[in-house]
Amino acid sequence: MNVEQWFYSLPLRLRSFFRPTQVDDEMKEELREHLDEQIRENLAKGMPAQEARRAAVLTMGGITQIEQQCRDAQGGSVWQDFIQDLGYGFRQLRRNKGFSALAILCLTLGIGANAAVFSWVEGILFRPYPLVAHQERLFAVAGLVPGKRIDGLSWPDFLDLRRDCSLCEDDFVTTIRSSTLNIGDHAEVTSGSIVSANYFDALGVRPILGRGFEAGEDLGSNSHPVVVISYQMWRNRFRGDPEIIGKVQRLANVPHTIVGVTPEGFFGTFIGRAMEFWVPASMEETFDGGGYKLEDRGARWIESYLRLKPGVSRAQAQQQISAIAARLQKDYPATNRGRGIGIWPLWQTPFNHARTMGPTLAVMVVVVAFVLLIACANVGNLLLVRSFVRRHEMSVRLAIGASRGRLLKQLVTEGLILSALGTAGGFLLAYWCRHLLVMLVPDGKTMYLPGTIDGRVMAMSAGICLIVTLIVGMVPALQTRNLDLADPLKAESGAVVGVRSRGLIRSGLVIFQVCLSFILLVGAALLLESLQRIRNTSPGFSTTNVVVTGVSVVAAGYDVPRAKTFQNELIDRLAALPGVQSVAFANVTPLGYRGFSSTPIAVDGYQSAPNEQPEVEYNQVSPGYFTTLRIPLFSGREFTRSDDENAPSVAIVNRTMVERYWRGQDPIGRRLQVKGRWARVVGVAADSKYENIVETPKPFFYVPLRQDFDPEPDLYIRTTQSLQSTSAAVLREVHALDQSLALYGTITLQEQVNRAAAPQLVAVTLVSTLGGLALLLAAVGLYGVMSYSVAQSTRELGLRMALGADATNLLRLVVSRGLRLTAGGIVVGAVVALALTRLMGQLLYKVSPHDPLVFGTALMVMTIAAISACLLPAWRASRTDPARVLRD
Amino acid sequence: MSRPSDLVQGTLDMLILKILTLEPLNGWAISQRLKQISSEVLGVSDGSLYPALHKLEHRGWIWAQWKSSENNRRAKLYSLTPLGRKQLEKETANWDRVSAAISGIVKLKEA
Repeated sequence: MNVEQWFYSLPLRLRSFFRPTQVDDEMKEELREHLDEQIRENLAKGMPAQEARRAAVLTMGGITQIEQQCRDAQGGSVWQDFIQDLGYGFRQLRRNKGFSALAILCLTLGIGANAAVFSWVEGILFRPYPLVAHQERLFAVAGLVPGKRIDGLSWPDFLDLRRDCSLCEDDFVTTIRSSTLNIGDHAEVTSGSIVSANYFDALGVRPILGRGFEAGEDLGSNSHPVVVISYQMWRNRFRGDPEIIGKVQRLANVPHTIVGVTPEGFFGTFIGRAMEFWVPASMEETFDGGGYKLEDRGARWIESYLRLKPGVSRAQAQQQISAIAARLQKDYPATNRGRGIGIWPLWQTPFNHARTMGPTLAVMVVVVAFVLLIACANVGNLLLVRSFVRRHEMSVRLAIGASRGRLLKQLVTEGLILSALGTAGGFLLAYWCRHLLVMLVPDGKTMYLPGTIDGRVMAMSAGICLIVTLIVGMVPALQTRNLDLADPLKAESGAVVGVRSRGLIRSGLVIFQVCLSFILLVGAALLLESLQRIRNTSPGFSTTNVVVTGVSVVAAGYDVPRAKTFQNELIDRLAALPGVQSVAFANVTPLGYRGFSSTPIAVDGYQSAPNEQPEVEYNQVSPGYFTTLRIPLFSGREFTRSDDENAPSVAIVNRTMVERYWRGQDPIGRRLQVKGRWARVVGVAADSKYENIVETPKPFFYVPLRQDFDPEPDLYIRTTQSLQSTSAAVLREVHALDQSLALYGTITLQEQVNRAAAPQLVAVTLVSTLGGLALLLAAVGLYGVMSYSVAQSTRELGLRMALGADATNLLRLVVSRGLRLTAGGIVVGAVVALALTRLMGQLLYKVSPHDPLVFGTALMVMTIAAISACLLPAWRASRTDPARVLRD
Repeated sequence: MSRPSDLVQGTLDMLILKILTLEPLNGWAISQRLKQISSEVLGVSDGSLYPALHKLEHRGWIWAQWKSSENNRRAKLYSLTPLGRKQLEKETANWDRVSAAISGIVKLKEA
């Protein structure tokens, strides 16, 4: 249509949009006028009044039909039709409550599952930090050690990076720390962050009371004891005191002035944990102990982020940052040789839970898409059944002048009603499931992994709703194509159980559903199997009857000599407790949150390759560590109390290290260089798992805690007592030594190991839930198809019976047809699954993605579900009364 | 349902436009005129006339206004728009071309 035409047509269109009834009335009046003229003419010809009218109507043709054709000629009033269809659609849904409820339920589950997973992806991976501005330009920064290992940054490196990175807008530091918070005589461990002074400004977070940190507050040694507290802490522990600013609070046993309170809903910048306080970097020493680090380029304690300038890509920034790192290597070879600096988008942040949740969520996105497709196929199938029932209605509508386009519009509108209701339900579901993830993670109570339902999640779901509408509305619409006006007059029970052209779409949908749910079943079974293998994997130490805890002494102001005395006294006291078999300290708990330190080593008699700088991870442990964790020693001895700072350096190495550096020969008495000091190997320990349960054996060694001291090691107690009583006993003994000390959390070692399997556990729980859901939906779909085809072919079944088939024959007939469809779906599903499961690699442990046992199990479950879905329709078929059927 | 043949379907628009070149008319009058002109050979049903009128109106080739006639009845009078006049010329030219070609072919066969 060109502009000139619009000039004439637009007023007409506007008029029919705003005054639809008037336009319609005028059109009717015009037609009536024509009819009247015709009657008058007939009367003039001398016909009787009655005859004149009848003849006029005949000449003109069906009035209703002409009216509709006129409306169509006017381009139809889209809006009016829509309102009409909407009203009609709702009436239809109300009339068929069972159908509507089932369809909406399917869509609610499908769309809700998608919205929930999107909200997790959004809330955990893409926009994890509420209230923080421009998160899409935030990147995590960490040091790179040769061998692709991740390390922190040092403060001087960070300052150089901040100064030289011209593509960055803001760089800020935030390192998670725990601290004892003493309020009254109540001591408690809380989580907080040590941050650079620009932290709040860079995030765009404005404290609701007081201020953020000022420039310069992150300089100097313990020079700025100020703290910003979270809204939560302000409300819960200070009862929302409006006069809080300027008050003094002891943190890490140092009085800090409270200078600000963050707004409600700000949880800091650590995925998986809500922060409660923030202190400037100048206070690092207070919280970590171990000396002043702000001028030490070798002390890598920083976890940091940067925000790129708008329009700068990650690759460009990485290039510039690598250049800066290369310069630092050259300028400071002693501390920076071989070290790089890397940046990662937030969802790949290497130092928080983003890494572990990422693969799980990726699998989830695929899985929920499958569930949605299955739900769509189901609803499509239901609508198809309905469209057969409504064939009569559709034919009548066509007969009285509706165009096929108009029928299509109506069907799509009905699809829209269903999917809109499903989407609304889905939103509710997603809203309730926001915090579900936290509940599934074993360590959930202390974790913060919320879903975020924001504009993007809404838009995504609305998009899904539209696609669903099209899919769901189109299926029955396709069916109207071969609708014959005479069809409703024909008998309807003459169908045959075998394949018919009309049954093709329905059978196709069932095969599609079976195929998708089979894939999900395989996925769920693979995850279940690998979780089982993880559970059965020995970590290499005994996890039962061991309690893990720690005492916060740095916060109480202990120096190294005092901490050493305290450790000795505590070990002696605990060892004397009833039920306690042994007690030990270790710097880092295996399979815990904190990673092990690594150090360059040299071994007597081992010639390293030219470019190889052997670096091995290690742990500092006290005497009794191997006894307490029951790690077998193959030769030599455990550390003793005499292996202290005054004795010659010693080390215990693991089996893999012996293989690699001593070629399997007994290394007892040989020398190992650690941090520039030669130590004698005094024992060989068995390999165990160190950082996670799924790792392969790696070289590892132990040094005595006394020879590489840490004031706050983890404490292990092997005891026959329960966790509660042990925890109470330890606290009693600690308080007997010093009333002002607090314990870190107390858990069993078993619990700690279980937590290491958390990502797998979450994935397994979610995927098997959704796999079960998909199986159920597919079974419902199969049931629908089978019972419909049985209902449609009563005549054939009756005939077969009359000709001598018995109930068993009919039962077999129906079930075998159902199984044929299932088999088709399984074959296609198996082929696709073989290709897809490889993508799950990261989540699988010691299970081949093509594990035949797993595929077999899925096959069996699917077949059983299919048989049960067919049984009821088959039973109904076998009860066909031949006499009645043939009579009808 | 009496459907006009394809030929009429295609030319109905042209006929209506042609009739309206003389004077504004209402639907009844147009249908009478159609019958007169075509001597009822084409058999245009009233059923297809009105949808055609509404279609032409929406394409901007004719426009309509309600007028009260002498016996105080309201009638919808259609008249040609400048756009419609152009369209008619185009269609007439087209028609001449096609009919000349067709009659040429028909005569060729006879010869």
